[in-house]
Amino acid sequence: MSGEESGILLLSLKVAFVGLAASLPPAIAVAFVLARKRFPGKTLFDAFVHLPLVLPPVVVGYALLVFFGTQGPIGGLLEPLGIVFAFRWTGAALAASIMGFPLLVRAIRLAMEAVDPRIEAAARTLGASRTRVFFTVTMPLSVSGIVTGALLSFARSLGEFGATITFVSNIPGETRTLPLAIYTFTQVPGGDAQALRLALFSVALSLAALAFSEWLVRRSSAHASHA
Amino acid sequence: MLEVDVVVPRGGFRLEAAFRSDAPIVALFGRSGSGKTTLVNAIAGIARPERGRIVIGERVLFDSARGIDLAPEKRRVGYVFQDALLFPHLSVRANVAYGESLTPAAERFVDGERVLALLGIRDLLDRNPASLSGGEKQRVAIGRALMASPRILLLDEPLASLDGARKAEILAYIELLRDELRLPMVYVSHALEEVTRLADRVVVIAEGRVIAEGPAAEALSRADMGALTGRFDEGAVIEARVAAHDARFELTTLAFAGGELVVPNVDALPGEPVRVRVRARDVSLALSRPSGITIQNVLEGDVVSIGHEFGAIVDVALRIGHTALSARITRKAASDLALAPGARVFAMVKAVSIDRRSVGFA
Repeated sequence: MSGEESGILLLSLKVAFVGLAASLPPAIAVAFVLARKRFPGKTLFDAFVHLPLVLPPVVVGYALLVFFGTQGPIGGLLEPLGIVFAFRWTGAALAASIMGFPLLVRAIRLAMEAVDPRIEAAARTLGASRTRVFFTVTMPLSVSGIVTGALLSFARSLGEFGATITFVSNIPGETRTLPLAIYTFTQVPGGDAQALRLALFSVALSLAALAFSEWLVRRSSAHASHA
Repeated sequence: MLEVDVVVPRGGFRLEAAFRSDAPIVALFGRSGSGKTTLVNAIAGIARPERGRIVIGERVLFDSARGIDLAPEKRRVGYVFQDALLFPHLSVRANVAYGESLTPAAERFVDGERVLALLGIRDLLDRNPASLSGGEKQRVAIGRALMASPRILLLDEPLASLDGARKAEILAYIELLRDELRLPMVYVSHALEEVTRLADRVVVIAEGRVIAEGPAAEALSRADMGALTGRFDEGAVIEARVAAHDARFELTTLAFAGGELVVPNVDALPGEPVRVRVRARDVSLALSRPSGITIQNVLEGDVVSIGHEFGAIVDVALRIGHTALSARITRKAASDLALAPGARVFAMVKAVSIDRRSVGFA
């Protein structure tokens, strides 16, 4: 593996991991709200959460550019705090996390809906506050959904192209992740071999992620039945 | 003292129930769907009453007039669910420790080791809930609730998902806890024999209303119970004391206000109070004292009233001394004997018709 290749790989991993880490807490919160709460406008909220799944990625990237660009309403507020997304790897991570968010929420929500609310009620009668019940009962019992969602979202992030290139462009060493690099190599004469190598890396990475999550799910369910 | 007076909205109807009890065990008795579970959920803080008041001892758990609504975790109410609902991701040890660790030291009065020993769950501590039998799960669930040092224990149909042998086992544990821990309990059930055996006070619930409330014998002997218990099991509950044992024939004589009853051996010491359920269909009547028959119990008494006649059958309410009894006979028999209120009769009860399930220890 050349230095350029490993740089691309590491950048992709960094973007995907940071994107996942940033989206996991809000995804768990949103999944819990959708699984357990009833409120007016829930259908609308649900649809909004799922938007990135159905919109063209370029549209999401454009929306990010409008809102999180240095001139945008949110980007403009964050810039004085030293938080910049536009044309940075952090922007790529933001795009990745937004694109993976619906997948993450869906998987966690399904798992949480499968948790018997009466088990949570039992925990409360034993003296646990809502928050404690969430962390000691609801979350541990949804762990397989969290792992599955994390994998789906991670894989989606590794493959993210449209939103990323629209929002943060294709800057070598900063925002040129695996798919962007593969695309770039296919655009230059004689880049085919490079593109193929990177494509193979991409396949290996995805398979590794899949195997890792299988192992995690198996370990957590084994833990649940033998603890 | 437990005082409940609540209106709870519930799917199809509103539960409106009021009762009070200072008995060791009060039973909420009624058919499934009558609102019993909603009522205990309201006590536990899981279902929210529209209005009303729930007080345990000096502690107000809910009072809509004063705007009090304690969160479930602040109520110190132990709750044992029908299907145990153990935490599947935790070991038995972690399950029973869950509530205990959340109980402030000053509030802990239950001796954990003693509870584990009483319920026989010490050897189960390292197991995981999925590997337990139904009876073991229920024992662990009771232990888990007790370890949090509750002020009252709610048991919602704790035997419903168990088979016969496991039922008897858990019943015995509940009696043991009642005698050893002196913790008031609310026992929800639709099974007459469980209620007869355990409860000192009974609240009968039908369609979201309390239709009878009082000491077990009184509430359970009410004539309109047929709709709840099924016609087959209708009858009277008699408060009695063990008078003597007959070792040779393995019989026990029970004394009650008005007479004596001979039944197959009851496992209690002379002097101990017991409750006996005598089904109306097991009681037959004669106008003179019969002789030369196998029936062991012949009780002299008066006809109080002849019940509603329907089809071939009538129920005759009797008074044996100060104790109420009822007999289910054919309409023809009532007519042949010309039974009328005030008539002197002899009620006959076969000793073998009173089985172990019909006798409860008060």
